[in-house]
Amino acid sequence: MINALRDIHTVLWADLRVLRRHWLRTIATSLINPILYLLAFGYGLGRGITFWGYSYLDFVVPGIIALTTMTGSFNGAGSKLHVDRLFYKCFDEILMAPVSIFSIVMGKALAGVIRGIIGATALLLAGLMISPKIAASPMFLLFLLVLIISCFVFAFLGVLIAFIAKSHQDMNTFSNLILLPMTFLSGTFFALEGLPEILRIALHLLPLTHSSLCLRAAALNQPFPWYSLIALIGFGVAFFLGCILILKKTSV
Amino acid sequence: MKKVDNEVIVTEELSKRYSEIWAIKDLSLRVFSGEIFGFLGPNGAGKTTTIRILTTLTKPTSGCAWVNGFNVLEKPEKVRESIGVMQQHLSLDRDLTVRENMELRARLHHFEASERKRRIEELLDYVGLSEYADRSIEMLSGGLQRRAMVACSLIHKPKILFLDEPTVGLDAHTRRRMWDLIRRLNADGVTIFLTTHYIEEAEALCHRVGIIHLGQLIALGEPSELRRKMGLYTVVTVVENGNTFYKYFSGRDIATEYIKSLPSNVKAILVRESNLEDVFIELTGRGVSED
Repeated sequence: MINALRDIHTVLWADLRVLRRHWLRTIATSLINPILYLLAFGYGLGRGITFWGYSYLDFVVPGIIALTTMTGSFNGAGSKLHVDRLFYKCFDEILMAPVSIFSIVMGKALAGVIRGIIGATALLLAGLMISPKIAASPMFLLFLLVLIISCFVFAFLGVLIAFIAKSHQDMNTFSNLILLPMTFLSGTFFALEGLPEILRIALHLLPLTHSSLCLRAAALNQPFPWYSLIALIGFGVAFFLGCILILKKTSV
Repeated sequence: MKKVDNEVIVTEELSKRYSEIWAIKDLSLRVFSGEIFGFLGPNGAGKTTTIRILTTLTKPTSGCAWVNGFNVLEKPEKVRESIGVMQQHLSLDRDLTVRENMELRARLHHFEASERKRRIEELLDYVGLSEYADRSIEMLSGGLQRRAMVACSLIHKPKILFLDEPTVGLDAHTRRRMWDLIRRLNADGVTIFLTTHYIEEAEALCHRVGIIHLGQLIALGEPSELRRKMGLYTVVTVVENGNTFYKYFSGRDIATEYIKSLPSNVKAILVRESNLEDVFIELTGRGVSED
């Protein structure tokens, strides 16, 4: 167990060195999209709209935080790994080292988790100024827990896709076909209640939907959707096992 | 565990197939402790596939391989602990410095902090990179990048070092410095398994060479032995239509006799000592550097 923890730390260590070198760029790039969404949807389109008795800004901030954890964790774990594996081939050096597959997956995923948390924290601080109700919510600790779980889920997904991708195009295809629709449809910017039944069921097959539902409920002190938390954890476990299986299959 | 005397690499009928193409087929060879073994062949011959199997990065389709006595499929972790690998392409993390790349390798091999620091300084000095230690990999020349790769591959004191095309793309001067480093490593007790498609590299460095063509081992032995088997002297003739012919002879006298018997349409004649390229051409009908 101690060896596994040490190896996880080693795999993470290299990514943290890079993160430390480019911390400002990391924060800036992870915030640009959510801030644009906040301005466009929150202040622009959503002015005067109310949801569940809250202003649209109060409603949309938790959704955008969920979105930030997704993009930050997914890209934080997947982008460098995919480039290191397919183009620079330096991931082979880690595969050749006496380190377990479990440690490699966890180390790489944690790099994404940390990036996701950095982005989400920065946005959360901005969000607290816009919508102080989040911090005042009695479920704020649950909010933070869901945020961290979401980071793990999307970091494992990033690692998984980086392992599966055979080209840069594959990563782009996944982003365009899965992440982009998830960004706009998973209840990030609107409540799912008004949608047709079939679409609502389909959207529950996406992890960001559950992340948005949980974060919003915890932030606005609404009845907490425990089934969504379980589903989110289920997605995380499935992505983690997928990483382990694919790495086992491809390595000796 | 399979080990005979001082054999450190053993392959038996090793094969690897990608779709319908055999990258290597029934490859059987032995490499002995302390030697520099060269795997010579053109691009696509199967050299890198062999190295990837021996270094546990790729599974063979059939056959067996043992490195340092450990089966590569049954004890891959033991194999990894005992070998160093320098890949054909730059395989260091370009976002990190030389020292950070070395530190990553040392951490992956579970070195304690003080030992890690000492070993890194020792190796930086050994490969002549001390003054470049804190430079990003991206900022180094090709030759310095190769030396950094060697340093990283040596961090855990491997008994065998696999070098996949160690000097490809380097200028002549840098290539010779790399050769000096490889000879020094070998003199310090490291067994070297290198692949190359440079004839002069195999001749200058290797105690023994295996020639691979279309995934099959077609010759194996000391360079001088391979040349002797084929003929130590080569007569190159160019005829009127521009075609070139090669003929091999065991002695200069016999070669001279042959030249006297040549017809009048021969435009140019050259007698020289045979080299491994001649061996390769004779065995395959094409040059090593031809793709």
